[in-house]
Amino acid sequence: MAVIRTENLTYVYGEGTPFRKVAVDNVDLSIDEGEFIGVIGHTGSGKSTLIQHFNGLLKPTSGSVYIDGERLWDDKARLRPIRFKVGLVFQYPEYQLFEETCYKDIAFGPKNMGLSEEEIDKRVRETARLVGLREETLSRSPFELSGGQKRRVAIAGVMAMEPKVLILDEPASGLDPKGRSQILGLIREYHKEKKNTVMLVSHSMEDVAKHCSKILVINSAKVFCFDTPANVFHRAEELSSMGLSVPQVTRVFDRLRAMGCGFDEDVYTVGYGRQLILDRLGRANAEVTK
Amino acid sequence: MLKDITIGQYFPGSSPIHRMDSRVKILLTISFIVMLFIAGNKYGLAVGVIFTLVTYLISGIPFKMILKSLKPILPIIILTSILNLLFIRSGEVVWEWKFITLTEDGIHTAVFMTVRIVCLIIGSSLLTYTTSPIDLTDGIERLLSPLKKIKVPVHELAMMMTIALRFIPTLIEETDKIMAAQKARGADMETGGPIARARALVPILIPLFVSSFRRAEELALAMECRCYHGGEGRTRMKQLRLHFVDLCAVIYVAAFIAGVVLTNIFF
Repeated sequence: MAVIRTENLTYVYGEGTPFRKVAVDNVDLSIDEGEFIGVIGHTGSGKSTLIQHFNGLLKPTSGSVYIDGERLWDDKARLRPIRFKVGLVFQYPEYQLFEETCYKDIAFGPKNMGLSEEEIDKRVRETARLVGLREETLSRSPFELSGGQKRRVAIAGVMAMEPKVLILDEPASGLDPKGRSQILGLIREYHKEKKNTVMLVSHSMEDVAKHCSKILVINSAKVFCFDTPANVFHRAEELSSMGLSVPQVTRVFDRLRAMGCGFDEDVYTVGYGRQLILDRLGRANAEVTK
Repeated sequence: MLKDITIGQYFPGSSPIHRMDSRVKILLTISFIVMLFIAGNKYGLAVGVIFTLVTYLISGIPFKMILKSLKPILPIIILTSILNLLFIRSGEVVWEWKFITLTEDGIHTAVFMTVRIVCLIIGSSLLTYTTSPIDLTDGIERLLSPLKKIKVPVHELAMMMTIALRFIPTLIEETDKIMAAQKARGADMETGGPIARARALVPILIPLFVSSFRRAEELALAMECRCYHGGEGRTRMKQLRLHFVDLCAVIYVAAFIAGVVLTNIFF
């Protein structure tokens, strides 16, 4: 069953002013449980606005959003429980930290859910382990930590609510390559371990190609396509016309193909490309030795 | 949400009023206020009302913005009207009930004052509707620059105002973001008593303070990197120059002031 579904979802900023802007235009979507979805789109294409509808932070101008079959905004009192079901990690989430210790900050969400002390403690420690925070870090102030560590604390703060759907808006932006791969790795770990739905908004084609089972492409407030990475990156030209691109390795193999080296397969991860080349080399070597 | 609050309620446009020099606009707004106060009778006030309406028409600002600017001062209008109605006891009695007496003079003054206040507010909001905050501070700085002679730090004050104005939308946006992030973690800001609500502000205020200090530091550093050292010898990107439209505006306002003065003499 679809865990998130939208029908004709439209959102307009500044209706009735000269600044009017359609940020989400008539979006119909259906997202199945347990998927790892990548969301890509040009800056200002409406990705962030779209995901804020999924936990009832924004009210659609028209159309509807269903979470687990339940229509949002029919009953305002139901919005809070929905927010525990759909956890949203904003861009630069470290700017939302406020507690004296990391422990307390991670516990903020679970506490708002009204869980028992033991349950909160269990969740805080478990998510801290999951995001790779050490026990002694938990008692430190979040403001003393490095940028990457802060971000882990902030992400843990949402994960600790154990939402059915975890949505992350560019969780790796502004980090160095090592920090990037660590954060993305832990999100993948989380997905593997919890089997929950994860949505990852990203600007990096490599990242979504590597991690996601499906990719949602947003272009000027509309859904351009929602498909598997192979099918999405097959449309390289269309993607580049909307200011997006395909992973570098896909471009490498496109060039190889253009040069007449064969490779009919669609390649969008470095691992797969490497395997293909090794296979080819292996075959060549085998022929030579024959 | 918070974005609906209009501070520096600039409404972009290209009317003659938008194109005027901000210094002239400020001075003419002041003369408009003076005009309203020298209007001594209803004819004079009528001239003032006509002036306000015509100017609004020229500016192309939608009329519902008038209502918006009046909303915050509605209590003041109501209060002054009630006081005028109740405490002016000269003139013919119109209506009496126990200790409440309404007299003709009272009603007259109440209406007169209400119209005057309303004109005052909507007329002067036209200044902020048609002038961007940056132009406004520029204009104020230039108008006050003679005060530099007596060591008033005009440029520094204007700079502070510009920076403050510049960061209001940024801070509002930031607050919105932090609120959304904390709401996403189940923060509840709408229910509970006053103490619970005050406590609910902590998760918003602390990150907001932290980021304001960070921003202030970054801005100071960036200004220093560009060798900013105050107003001495600085040139401006936007030179304020008087144009034909400013001359027309001065004549237009002067004509109406003359009209008000004439009504004072003849009626």
